[in-house]
Amino acid sequence: MGQIMEQMPVVIEALNVGFLQTLKLFFVTLIGAFPLGLIIAFGSMSRFLPLSLFSKFVVWIIRGTPLMIQLLIIYYFPGLVLHNPIWGGGETGRFLAASFSFILNYACYFSEIYRGGIQGVPVGQEEAGLVLGMTRSQIFFKVTLLQMIKRIVPPMSNEIITLVKDTSLARIIALQEIIWAGQAFMKGSHGISGAIWPLFFTAVYYLIFNGILTLLLGRLERRLDYFR
Amino acid sequence: MSILEAEHICKTFNHTEVLKDISFSLEKGQALSVIGSSGSGKTTLLRCLNFLETPDKGIIRVNGETLFDADDPSTRQEAAIRKKRLHFGLVFQSFNLFPQYTAIQNVMLAKELLASEQPDYRARKKEIQEEIRAQAESLLVQMGLENRKDNYPHQLSGGQCQRVAIARALALQPDILCFDEPTSALDPELTGEVLRVIKELADENTTMVIVTHEMAFARDVADHVIFMDDGIIVEQGDPMQVFEHPAEERTRQFLSRFTKG
Repeated sequence: MGQIMEQMPVVIEALNVGFLQTLKLFFVTLIGAFPLGLIIAFGSMSRFLPLSLFSKFVVWIIRGTPLMIQLLIIYYFPGLVLHNPIWGGGETGRFLAASFSFILNYACYFSEIYRGGIQGVPVGQEEAGLVLGMTRSQIFFKVTLLQMIKRIVPPMSNEIITLVKDTSLARIIALQEIIWAGQAFMKGSHGISGAIWPLFFTAVYYLIFNGILTLLLGRLERRLDYFR
Repeated sequence: MSILEAEHICKTFNHTEVLKDISFSLEKGQALSVIGSSGSGKTTLLRCLNFLETPDKGIIRVNGETLFDADDPSTRQEAAIRKKRLHFGLVFQSFNLFPQYTAIQNVMLAKELLASEQPDYRARKKEIQEEIRAQAESLLVQMGLENRKDNYPHQLSGGQCQRVAIARALALQPDILCFDEPTSALDPELTGEVLRVIKELADENTTMVIVTHEMAFARDVADHVIFMDDGIIVEQGDPMQVFEHPAEERTRQFLSRFTKG
């Protein structure tokens, strides 16, 4: 126990650096996947059959395979097979590849949530707007949008919390996120080696961050509770 | 001149003819009841009048102006249809109130959006909004909902929701107000309050088309009755005549189901 207290300041500092990378990947994924998911959702709802089939095909591939395999393929395939390492080397290259994989993966999940939200608003809402002489864009922004948001917040919250933990998968391409930083103390890092507790301790970071997210998302859900 | 004329309206869904050559007219200030069993085409007829469905054939005229002519593609343009819809108001069976707005906001929304497109809106914004609010308040008073104006739809009973929906339709001052089975989604004890409001509108000579399953009400409120069956108008005329002395066997059969019970 005494030894842990001794190692604590060094470990915390290293874990903080790793967690910063975790947070970066988390936010970049959200910022990219929110709009891309909407585009894919509109794609799969399109009446233009080739576009709809293509969107559904992509969603099937991405949701049907492990994110870990997607990370490996997206990071290594261009360099090792095509001999064209598009991501570049080092931590920047790994971060770019990880961001691309995560955005694509989460956009596909989000697209299905958006689709459910859009199709879940009763058609009578749009008809009521039409007979009141509203334009389609007025109906979307003034009538259906908020009802969609209300519908997608709970399933979206689930995905967002899963994303926090999924960022740890980027460890597989050696992205220096918090799991990587915790594991480093086993082999030796910052003058400490053979310590496994820092790896276990990373769980606390996830737990606290997810706790904060749960509170914020719960508040958002309650803000939308005033109507049904 | 009739305020509304519908001529030879036909509509087919997936090889099923729902409306087969429907023609009728309506005088200003009159109430028209459309009766008939489920699936007879009544609702589709109302939806055609409100441009929620496009008839395959036929002509719709309001005040002599041709709003729709199946043979004239220029009457089908989306932008033009939007303005034409304003001749009609529609009260739905399932209310379709906007859940995120209060009763008064539901009544005001469409009018505010229309007003915001006026060129002088920015200069007179406050004044215009005051007018719209005052009008919405007086409509809610007329509906007996002055104490409910700040409630959200989920806080209201079905009958109150439907009265808000009627106020919402009236706010745009349509030439013809249509009702699509306005009490069918209501508990029996709540239908009375909605029917009373519609009756009051009839007494004020609001031009109305009412699709209903409430036979006593149809007979009481209407100046003219249409009985539809299987996509055609079987019989139409004065309510006394249609209800008391139906000329057609099918009308008699349909009505007997209500008198027996």
